[in-house]
Amino acid sequence: MSNQPFTHLDVLESESIHIMREVAAECKNPALLFSGGKDSIVMLRLAEKAFRPARFPFPLVHIDTEHNFPEVIACRDKLASDLGERLIVRSLDDSIKKGTIVLKNADQGRNAFQSVTLLETIAEFGFDACIGGARRDEEKARAKERIFSFRDEFGQWDPKNQRPELWDTYNTRVHAGENIRVFPISNWTEMDIWEYIAREKLYIPDIYYAHEREVIRRDNGVLPVSHLVQPRSGEKVEKLVVRFRTVGDMTCTCPVESHARNAQEIIEETAITRITERGATRMDDQTSEASMELRKKEGYF
Amino acid sequence: MSNTTQLLRFITAGSVDDGKSTLIGRLLHDSKSIFEDQLSAITKTSERRGGMGAVDLSLLTDGLQAEREQGITIDVAYRYFATPKRKFIIGDTPGHEQYTRNMVTAASTANLAVILIDARKGVLTQTRRHTFITSLVGVPHIVLAVNKMDMVGYSKETFDAICAEYRAFAAQLGLHEMTCIPMSALNGDMVVERGENLNWYQGSPLLELLENVVIDHDINTIDFRYPVQWVCRPQTQEYHDFRGYMGRIESGVIAAGDEITILPSGRTTKVKEIVTYDGNLQRACAPQSVTLTLTDEIDISRGDMFVKSAAMPQVSKEFEAMLCWLSESPLDLNRKYIIKHTTRVVKCLFARLEYRVDVNTLEHHSSATLNMNDIARVAMKVQQPLVFDSYTKNRFTGSFIVIDEATNNTVAAGMII
Ligand SMILES: Nc1nc2c(ncn2[C@@H]2O[C@H](COP(=O)(O)OP(=O)(O)OP(=O)(O)O)[C@@H](O)[C@H]2O)c(=O)[nH]1
Ligand SMILES: [Mg+2]
Repeated sequence: MSNQPFTHLDVLESESIHIMREVAAECKNPALLFSGGKDSIVMLRLAEKAFRPARFPFPLVHIDTEHNFPEVIACRDKLASDLGERLIVRSLDDSIKKGTIVLKNADQGRNAFQSVTLLETIAEFGFDACIGGARRDEEKARAKERIFSFRDEFGQWDPKNQRPELWDTYNTRVHAGENIRVFPISNWTEMDIWEYIAREKLYIPDIYYAHEREVIRRDNGVLPVSHLVQPRSGEKVEKLVVRFRTVGDMTCTCPVESHARNAQEIIEETAITRITERGATRMDDQTSEASMELRKKEGYF
Repeated sequence: MSNTTQLLRFITAGSVDDGKSTLIGRLLHDSKSIFEDQLSAITKTSERRGGMGAVDLSLLTDGLQAEREQGITIDVAYRYFATPKRKFIIGDTPGHEQYTRNMVTAASTANLAVILIDARKGVLTQTRRHTFITSLVGVPHIVLAVNKMDMVGYSKETFDAICAEYRAFAAQLGLHEMTCIPMSALNGDMVVERGENLNWYQGSPLLELLENVVIDHDINTIDFRYPVQWVCRPQTQEYHDFRGYMGRIESGVIAAGDEITILPSGRTTKVKEIVTYDGNLQRACAPQSVTLTLTDEIDISRGDMFVKSAAMPQVSKEFEAMLCWLSESPLDLNRKYIIKHTTRVVKCLFARLEYRVDVNTLEHHSSATLNMNDIARVAMKVQQPLVFDSYTKNRFTGSFIVIDEATNNTVAAGMII
């Protein structure tokens, strides 16, 4: 009778919309973490589908490492203003000035420090829920996390003692000072994200598509040359045709060699790739077997 | 991959060390769904742990430090893979009794459960507990995997005996439809490939079964149920008078012009439009998330439910339910708790504890309280009426969670009878 053929993308999309509406309805002061990367751009489209014709019932928040690719920041600002939604930006530099982040050297990777500024921002605005674009297929610790992930007053995740999460009946309750991280695209894979970008014709930073770029080889990876990454003696600058599978901190995000110039070609490449998204692109996740779990315990997304 | 790919959510369940995580690892490995960096990472870890040459595939899902230290699963790991026929979401659940609540978490959204049994050990208490929970939360399909067949010389007699014992237990729960597969997750027999060792087995290997099990009928397509999640009032120039009721169709179908009843008030009206970001629809069905506008102005808020007048649910402040108690602190019959049912949150009281079920014998016992992992039948009273169906009729409108107001923890899962 009603066997309209639903695709897996339709099912995932509806699940994500349902989750966002639960947050809007039950949390007092939520925020949507928005970086200008592909996953958070998918989240914006899902929020449009969840709440239009009204405005979003939460502001967009970006924790800026100041190590971002300029193309990504430009895209972040364009999308926020095109949508007419409020964007709050808080910078790691503010925390560094305040002395709450102490760097060993000015150019070191900053992903690990994002938690500090994030927790300060949560306290500043009194957010009780932060909606994030993390996916369970990204990393083995994320694979263990609930969709509504409770954090104590120190922002900590306790992986050995998570709340049961039954059906789609989410427990959003927290005491003052605690908060919930909500991951509406938990069940999406990298492939689903690209299929959705293609289907919805989403505008994303062009560094996700193949382009020529100056790179150097360092610590078993390929790093993009920028004002933060300059060749050291003995390192040679090469020109390669590359694209980024993730866009994080410029000092530790590696591009992959590729000729894929649009979402459809990326889908074809994703179908045959033999390396995970993070394995191919994030040097900071490879420092120890449990680096993501440790960071999450400290309040990371 | 075609754009009409179906999604199947399944879990592995069973007793400690029966090989659940290894099976998931094997399934991913043999279906070429493991990435090179993941394989090299778990190979390194296996070597460091002094494994005897072979890669420990359970490390693929046992992602937490504490799990790797102890060689056990503590919480559900979700993994994703696809074949040309389907996309799969796997929940690898822990076998330890202490972590049963995490198994309930995964089971509550699954279309199918693979229950593992160690061929050397046969049916154990935890096998029965997980089977009971699987039947209670109404997982529509069950596969019995008799694992570690390599340790019993791939004996058909052993397999047959275990299947018979399991089927007898499952029949007491009303579970009659199931497929039994002999396998060795370690060696990969009957997981993706048939292997050389189980030629006496005529059925299909696990993956083939997962690809072909029919799941179209798992959703209730008859009774329209639409809990209101959020009232949309844009209050802009353009949408000055717009008032939309946002929600997800949990079951059934709706079309523009259909008459609906709003519960619990009982008022009736008609659907004016089915609004979505991608344009208005003539009709929509579960599991779509939409926005409905109505022909009459009626006071409606979150927690109300739209239904079709021909198929009414129950509206009541009292009901009975099966309950899985999930909290370390026992049930306190003197206290009030909170229930979240669809989009409604209300205070509740436990009026009566009818009985507790012994998971081994399925016998009923009287009990003064409930401890972690107990399963019981209870009578409940709520402060405001709930709009519900029996769980067997509708998984969405028949389920609820119980929250402890003091700690905000989810302490129980309930299924209305
Ligand atoms: N011989 C043999 N050993 C197996 C087989 N499957 C799993 N094992 C071994 O059984 C042990 C337990 O396997 P796991 O996959 O961790 O068991 P589990 O069911 O996930 O355990 P929990 O999640 O802690 O309940 C490991 O040493 C596996 O190598 C099999 O088919 N044959
Ligand atoms: Mg396990």
